[in-house]
Amino acid sequence: MSLLATEFPPLGHIVNWPGFFGDGTAYEFNKVVLVYLLALLMVVIIFGLAGRKKALVPTGLQNIGEMAVDFIEDGIVMDTMGEPGKKYAPFLMSLFLFVWFTNIFGIIPVIQMPASARIALPLFLALLAYVIYHGAGFKEHGLGYIKHALVPPGVPVALLVLVVPIEFISKFLVQPFSHTVRLFANMLAGHILLVTFGVLTGALMGTGILASVVGLLPFFALVFFTAFEVLVAFLQAYVFTLLTGVYINAAISHEH
Amino acid sequence: MSAIVLAQAAAESGLTNKGVAALTYGLGAIGPGIGIGYLVGQSVQAMARQPESAGMVRTTMFLGIAFVEALALIGFVVFFLAGA
Repeated sequence: MSLLATEFPPLGHIVNWPGFFGDGTAYEFNKVVLVYLLALLMVVIIFGLAGRKKALVPTGLQNIGEMAVDFIEDGIVMDTMGEPGKKYAPFLMSLFLFVWFTNIFGIIPVIQMPASARIALPLFLALLAYVIYHGAGFKEHGLGYIKHALVPPGVPVALLVLVVPIEFISKFLVQPFSHTVRLFANMLAGHILLVTFGVLTGALMGTGILASVVGLLPFFALVFFTAFEVLVAFLQAYVFTLLTGVYINAAISHEH
Repeated sequence: MSAIVLAQAAAESGLTNKGVAALTYGLGAIGPGIGIGYLVGQSVQAMARQPESAGMVRTTMFLGIAFVEALALIGFVVFFLAGA
């Protein structure tokens, strides 16, 4: 791909990283794996340290932990599931923080790779959520869950021929797919956007006075979109968790 | 059908596969663009009229955005698959 006569790196170059060791094998350890591990460590450390003292008046890290728990319980669990969803709060909590941390590495200097821009992580997390919400549904309704999932209440019998296949496709096939692609494509798009302005800035800066002045434009765009990516990283983690909550609620709710 | 017509038109006008992919993604982004604009506009109006229900409206708004946005994102992925 060429961009205003500058060479734009092919897509493979900006998301494929050479392995630090074990290159080419199944145990390859590259930047993406490093980001997974760092995000995991951050989640474990924050809650390990924040939950250590359990002081009545929280200080320091415990404040952050309590803020996060409040945010998940009030903002996601109570809004989507209500009281019966409280037992899913720990799962949603760790899901939210893990996705947020893997996203935010897209703008942290030196690393600058949102690990969720590779489809493996979003796909795995969406499948994990898929197993959990259908599992919760079967646990709640027994085998009646299949009827609960496929037959919406108040549909005339004649329409069932049409409704049941549509519900099956949307609930069991499209839902995990869109859950995956939403996170993956958002983070990939953000990453490509940053690379585009980075490449433009790099090509224009320092190649003469006029080009350097013009190069200020993509530079400021780069700064602006980096700030924008902070918002996107948070929002996509929030939406991913929110949707997981909505799907769990759809599986465990009883219609009246 | 329309894809074949589009491909023929592209072949005649000398457009590359990448050009068509980019153009098609642009077309595919129109619908979600209108959708999200309308959705957020209405949500802001609802929040302004009834500030006490702002929390509920905001959650529902993000959910709606997530669903509408999925269309644009699928278009984005198709753009890469088709343009490769």
